[in-house]
Amino acid sequence: MRDSRPVLLVEDDNIDAMTVRRAFRDLKVGNPLVHVVNGEDALAFLQDEAHDKPCLILLDLNMPKMNGIEFLGITKADPRWKKVPVVVLTTSSEEQDVTESFRLSVAGYIVKPVDYRNFVEAVRTINLYWTLSEIPDHGVERINEGCQTITACGR
Amino acid sequence: MKGARPLLLVEDSPDDVMIIKRAMSDLRAADRMIHAPSAELALVYLRDAANEKPGLILLDLNLPGMSGTEFLQAVKADPSLVEIPVIVLTSSQERQDIVHSFDLRAVGYVVKPSTYAEALEALKIIDGYWSLNALPAGRR
Repeated sequence: MRDSRPVLLVEDDNIDAMTVRRAFRDLKVGNPLVHVVNGEDALAFLQDEAHDKPCLILLDLNMPKMNGIEFLGITKADPRWKKVPVVVLTTSSEEQDVTESFRLSVAGYIVKPVDYRNFVEAVRTINLYWTLSEIPDHGVERINEGCQTITACGR
Repeated sequence: MKGARPLLLVEDSPDDVMIIKRAMSDLRAADRMIHAPSAELALVYLRDAANEKPGLILLDLNLPGMSGTEFLQAVKADPSLVEIPVIVLTSSQERQDIVHSFDLRAVGYVVKPSTYAEALEALKIIDGYWSLNALPAGRR
């Protein structure tokens, strides 16, 4: 990826999570991979200020407790997290899931390839794209908030 | 990009249009590309129900008249256009532009490369990624 911050993987299937981890290792993707098993745990991770904000979120859709669409509904409405690119990685190729995800401004929707070779190829493509593309950092946001506070006080 | 729907390029620089068209043709990607030289014309195209909606939009930021940022805002505020992914392709490396574009729901931000070889490589990566993606089928 373009920077060294962690990638957050939200995935309830341990085998799929292991596959992503293995692909990261085989492709020598340097970013730490943080794995949580549902949307609730992902929110808890994001909310904990002790954690680095992820540069990218890989999101499964079908999960217990809080599914991917619910997670998107919350994070994309929150100024703290809406900028973090989210790539959906799911077994669902339902048109409704695709459209709903893009309406909730995902930055990619990839149907999980079944065999490992294609899975690695998909992770390689994701890594290449998010190395080419800039990824927003969070410094500017903080500076802006600071400026707004000062302006407000000045008035 | 592979897929049934065209690619919309919003770009005022004829040189950059030529480079992107040539690269897409060298890559055998995007057999159908629509080019709008301004954000206003791109919106007119998108809002005409008779036109086919693009699968993806490549957007320059520095445009005459309406800026790329204003265009992005308009597209994302329009329920009939909101799900179309927009990639920013610009010469600006300003952090503010990057953060603002992602705030406005861009799905990528690529700084225009300076050589043709680099442009080809960049478009190859963009094409590879978006060909792998499932895209909304969209309404006509």
